Amino acid sequence: MPAQVITITSGKGGVGKTTAVANLAVGLALEGAKVVCIDGDIGLRNLDVILGLENRIVYDIVDVIEGRCRLKQAMIRDKKLPELYLIPAAQTRDKNAVSPSDMNRLIKDLRNDCDFVLIDSPAGIERGFKNAIAAADRVLVITNPEVSAVRDADRVIGILEAEGKGPGALIINRLNPTLVKNHNMLSADDVLDLLAVELIGVVPEDENVIISSNRGAPVAFDSKSKAGQAFRNIAKRLRGEKVPFLDLDHTGGLWQQLQRLTGRK
Amino acid sequence: MSLFERFFGKKNSADNAKERLQLVLIHDRTDLTPAELDSLKDDLIATISRHVEIDAQAMQIGVEHDGRSQRLVADIPLKAARRRAKRSK
Repeated sequence: MPAQVITITSGKGGVGKTTAVANLAVGLALEGAKVVCIDGDIGLRNLDVILGLENRIVYDIVDVIEGRCRLKQAMIRDKKLPELYLIPAAQTRDKNAVSPSDMNRLIKDLRNDCDFVLIDSPAGIERGFKNAIAAADRVLVITNPEVSAVRDADRVIGILEAEGKGPGALIINRLNPTLVKNHNMLSADDVLDLLAVELIGVVPEDENVIISSNRGAPVAFDSKSKAGQAFRNIAKRLRGEKVPFLDLDHTGGLWQQLQRLTGRK
Repeated sequence: MSLFERFFGKKNSADNAKERLQLVLIHDRTDLTPAELDSLKDDLIATISRHVEIDAQAMQIGVEHDGRSQRLVADIPLKAARRRAKRSK
């Protein structure tokens, strides 16, 4: 079966696109899938450091597109997961070094060679974003429960619809259950009300995300981390499994528990 | 939310965020500013008044959303025919 090509985008920067790509790639590879992730953020590459592969880069995506190396030569194999590969972004070039048709050509060559291609989109809605969604079968929009991130996610969802890339599915990242409980953060339901798209996962705020990116080993490897669990669950959903959403509120009182039992919440 | 805030009716920040976003997203999605909506309302009043007498003061116009699709909704109260008849005498 040809690979599923999935792009992760957000509009706003800093909401967790690269972290999500790295963790979904690890999650899928842990499930036994062959995964190739592509850093689409040319000029500001980061997926390599999040995956801990920065010292292994010889060739990058622009080298492939401009014919300086073969596709296989630019695919860096992960240290722990032999079925996980990274195609890094070029660091000394800009977004105009790649066109949407270049991306289509490159991904056409990858499709028969793996199960999933994950593309990390740059922030914004310009050339780099257009490149990142050109070949996508499916687009995941990631946001934080926060006004500017939700607004930008809505813009991106609108553009995806206009470009015929479907409404996309939503990842709500960095949700803080305590703030939500105190009504000082938009809840997942609030964000879904506003954006009216399908939800594919809610990732709680978790200090292990920073700790694991310091080490170059995505949090999805950490079996005790809640965020890691949330990313692994999203990976399973991408494979078509039905996985219930994490219960992020352990402190719910009797009334909440009753509501949950009776299916009202 | 503290008891103090509750007592004086200060909203918690999540409700604030949601309400502000609801308005912002309507304008982002439709590219229709409040000023443009007002001028559309004036045009509607002028056009409809040529055919039937309406209560322009009570007229409401706004954008509602159903999922991701937007809908322009106008509520235009008509003046009662009986009153019109009296006035025309």
